[in-house]
Amino acid sequence: MDGGFRFFPEQASTTAASIDDIVFYLLAVTTVMTGLVFFLVLVFCAKYRRRPGRETGVQVKPNPWLEATWIGVPIVLVLIMFFWGASAYFPIYRAPSNSLDVYVVARQWMWKLQHAEGAPEINELHVPLGRPIRLTMTSQDVIHSFYVPAFRVKQDVLPGRYTTIWFEPKKLGEFHLFCAEYCGSKHSGMVGKIVVLPPAEYERWLSGGISQGSLASGGHRLFLSLGCANCHTEAADARCPNLVRLYGSAVRLQGGGEVTADESYIRESILDPTAKVVSGYQPIMPSFRGRVSEEELIQLVAYVKSLGPTRETGRDK
Amino acid sequence: MRSSAPALAEQFDSFEHQRESSVLGMWVFLGAEMIFFGGAILGFVEFRHAYVADFNAASNHTKIVLGTVNTAVLLTSSLFMALAVHAAQEGKNRRLLGFLAATMLLGTAFLAVKFAEYYLEVVEGLVPGPRFRMDGADSRHAQLFFVCYFTMTGVHALHLIIGIALLGFLGLRTLGGKVTPQNHNVVEVGGLYWHFVDIVWIFLFPLLYLLGRHAGHG
Amino acid sequence: MTALTADRVPENYINADYRFRSWLFSTDHKRIAILYLISLTFYFFVGGFFALLMRLELVTPQGDLVQPETYNKLFTMHGIMMLFFFLVPSIPAVFGNFLLPLMLGAKDVAFPKLNLASWYIFNLGGLLTLVSIVLGGVDTGWTFYPPYSSLSSTSYVLLAAGGIFVMGFSSILTGLNFIVTTHKLRAPGLTWRRLPLFVWSLYATSIIQVLATPAVTIGLGLIGIERIWKVGFFNPAMGGDPILFQHLFWFYSHPAVYVMILPGMGVESELLTTHARRRPYGYAFIAGSSLAIAVLGFLVWGHHMFVSGQSVYASMVFSFLSFFVAIPSGVKVFSWLGTLYKGAIAFTTPMLYGLGFIGLFTIGGLTGLFLATLAVDVHVHDTYFVVAHFHYIMVGGMVMAYLGAMHHWWPKMTGRLYPEGWGRLSALIVFVGFNLTFFPQYVMGYLGMTRRYHAYAPEFQVYHVLSSAGASILGVGYLLPLFYLIWSLKYGPKAGGDPWGGTTLEWKTPSPPPTHNFEEPPVVTEDPYSFPSLEEGR
Repeated sequence: MDGGFRFFPEQASTTAASIDDIVFYLLAVTTVMTGLVFFLVLVFCAKYRRRPGRETGVQVKPNPWLEATWIGVPIVLVLIMFFWGASAYFPIYRAPSNSLDVYVVARQWMWKLQHAEGAPEINELHVPLGRPIRLTMTSQDVIHSFYVPAFRVKQDVLPGRYTTIWFEPKKLGEFHLFCAEYCGSKHSGMVGKIVVLPPAEYERWLSGGISQGSLASGGHRLFLSLGCANCHTEAADARCPNLVRLYGSAVRLQGGGEVTADESYIRESILDPTAKVVSGYQPIMPSFRGRVSEEELIQLVAYVKSLGPTRETGRDK
Repeated sequence: MRSSAPALAEQFDSFEHQRESSVLGMWVFLGAEMIFFGGAILGFVEFRHAYVADFNAASNHTKIVLGTVNTAVLLTSSLFMALAVHAAQEGKNRRLLGFLAATMLLGTAFLAVKFAEYYLEVVEGLVPGPRFRMDGADSRHAQLFFVCYFTMTGVHALHLIIGIALLGFLGLRTLGGKVTPQNHNVVEVGGLYWHFVDIVWIFLFPLLYLLGRHAGHG
Repeated sequence: MTALTADRVPENYINADYRFRSWLFSTDHKRIAILYLISLTFYFFVGGFFALLMRLELVTPQGDLVQPETYNKLFTMHGIMMLFFFLVPSIPAVFGNFLLPLMLGAKDVAFPKLNLASWYIFNLGGLLTLVSIVLGGVDTGWTFYPPYSSLSSTSYVLLAAGGIFVMGFSSILTGLNFIVTTHKLRAPGLTWRRLPLFVWSLYATSIIQVLATPAVTIGLGLIGIERIWKVGFFNPAMGGDPILFQHLFWFYSHPAVYVMILPGMGVESELLTTHARRRPYGYAFIAGSSLAIAVLGFLVWGHHMFVSGQSVYASMVFSFLSFFVAIPSGVKVFSWLGTLYKGAIAFTTPMLYGLGFIGLFTIGGLTGLFLATLAVDVHVHDTYFVVAHFHYIMVGGMVMAYLGAMHHWWPKMTGRLYPEGWGRLSALIVFVGFNLTFFPQYVMGYLGMTRRYHAYAPEFQVYHVLSSAGASILGVGYLLPLFYLIWSLKYGPKAGGDPWGGTTLEWKTPSPPPTHNFEEPPVVTEDPYSFPSLEEGR
């Protein structure tokens, strides 16, 4: 973060350059259009100023071809903007499968970040260079927004649900993290930094901290202490669906319909078990709303994820 | 005493011109009202879609008999309102007054029944908040149903109260001899408003009382 | 016509009755316009004062001038005052009210008493909001997003939201009045195709006002209900959805920005045609583009919500449509250039504001394309890039149009000419001050300077300092007209009926016009803007 006079932030993520490329195109179109308009205004003001002998204007008839041109050409120019922008937008919402998972809980006025391997951080996130990092985020109170200008990424963080974002850092260093959705008194203070380390140093940093165990192991402890294990067993006739290899699979729901077992589904099933009942099971699971914090929910989600991916669920009766 | 000839405002060329303009004005206003109620209905529909089972369960606790009576009451009031407009067009002011009074009476009856429903709902613990109780459904979603119910019917009732006051005002002007066939548009415009309030109820009633209702409840 | 003697002034709407109550209870559209002018000037300077404090705070990176809570209230109140109590009413309430009946050849609007009621309702809303300021202010941002506004904020949310709620009715009633007036009170021979372009823009604006305002009415109403009764429309912990508010809010607030700019575009067409003595280039296209903007403006609200968590596919649709709402605006800009072409351009104050409008609106509008581009918006959303964009359009565009209108119709409204030299100087000061204030904000926005921050990372300071310096210059540019315009009321030379050589109907009345506008309704037999044509080849 140098203090020189610049027009673009550093391109510190793998996607930053592609965003800046679109901006270059936008700037080119904008500058040419603006220049044209200013130029014509100045030329017309000079050439057609009112003076003796020129007390009124020539009442020009409109030319339909000119109208068509200045409708048609801008349409083409903006369609390029649309397609280019949309094509760069979709990948923002599809994290690569080898992403490192980090969980974020935002609250007035701080960021609590938790690596899957366990290290908790406040307002700082250490990540290794060259690995995609996927953030699963929620808020404990009002809407916040996770923004790293150098990575060109931003995502609102909402209470009551998860939103996700991913990036792959391609430069070492420290980069600003800002909250970008007004959230009350200390909104300006809800800032931090992303610290990008070489992979080896990152490993050292990870293992050097206070050992808390991974999120998944914490989730396993909760799974036992909250009594989930009594019902969610692997027995064939269990009253509850088996959670092994659930994450990422397609779940058939009662009343038809299907949903993918992602982080949001798991979180919702803990807080609102009757919202989506798995086909073939009774809606007997109690709600844990008010009995688990957002951090504990993250641990439970991490635990279920650790039980492995992909198997079709939904018993037919 | 001022002559009881109706006034033609100076910006209009004729009474017909004045009439057309005031009717257009009311239609434009009703367009705005449609967006207003539309926003509330949109919110309700969104929540219902998310929580179908709980909303259906909650809607079974609305008072279907009273609601149906109210629907009949309001539809009948619209009939009287239409008759009032017709009487105003023909200059039959005694009849006009009678129909206005009937409309107002039915409107008031609607409000009375509505408040009776509210009273029952308070007693049964259906008011959202710490004293809410309803078995057999997620309490938060059921409460959300009743938040929508009280908001939508409450705002509707507010519009109805305004309508009754408006008709009362029209009745007073009629008594004062200020309503004639030439300027009967004031009654026509009042009628448009009244019919709109009726139509809003025609939307609210099925959404809140009928959708998802199980037989044998109410 | 009343006979003129050396010491008698003909009856006009100002001298018809000097009593205070004759103004406060007047149903004359011209007097109501002046009443709005006074209210709006007051609210503008209140909002401007808050901006001044904000820019002062932002000169240094630390939050050292005011407390964070105070700063949050400053930007909230600046936004509320400027948007709801200045920009939305501005041109329609002052110039629309004054000119619409005159331009239509009518004696008044369709519902004069409703018009007066609108002014009172407007000020009731303003009063509620001012009370909220005096009691301590509101700090939710003019956008009132829940859960912060419904659950977390301890400021005077209800009062401020209530003020806006009430003001919305004034907006709807004015729009309603203008729609019926335009349909029903046109003079004989004044067909739709002969309407001045300003009237077309007012008509399109009024449609939006009537159909969009109720959405914010219900949205803020629900916030109020949630705050009072602690129910859960927007609270996820109670099954509610904060994004629902964003949809309701932006369904109004996006069309609202077209309510703000369309009248300015209408004014622009009047300024350029009159002061360049040219028919508008492509009248039908300009009129049609106003309607196109009004319709398309209703379809793009989700472009404020690309990173809100809404569906990716919804974002795509909103992005696509947002580009198309830019096209009619482009048509207008090119048409205005075409109107200057082969004109006879006089560099009067209104023309200077008109020229400034073209340049600054173009820049502001083009930067909207950056925001409509999905992947780019992810980066610049909620940064100063957005702040610069909307200030270029609203201040560089709309406020300049307002000032241009003020100078153009000042002679008509007051019967006096303002001092032209001061007018031109102020216009130049405004143009320079404006660009210095807001251009650096584009740059720092792309660099990552987030909105609504009162303390910021030090590397942004240089841009903030430039911006604050510009703001002080801009302030001077706004204060000057206040002085010389009021001065001209007493000392300015008397204006005739048509000081600029305009061709629309308002210039056929004396300045100031008599209370009843026209003795007999004028009969219109030709298009507006029928300027004589110079011989070809010049």
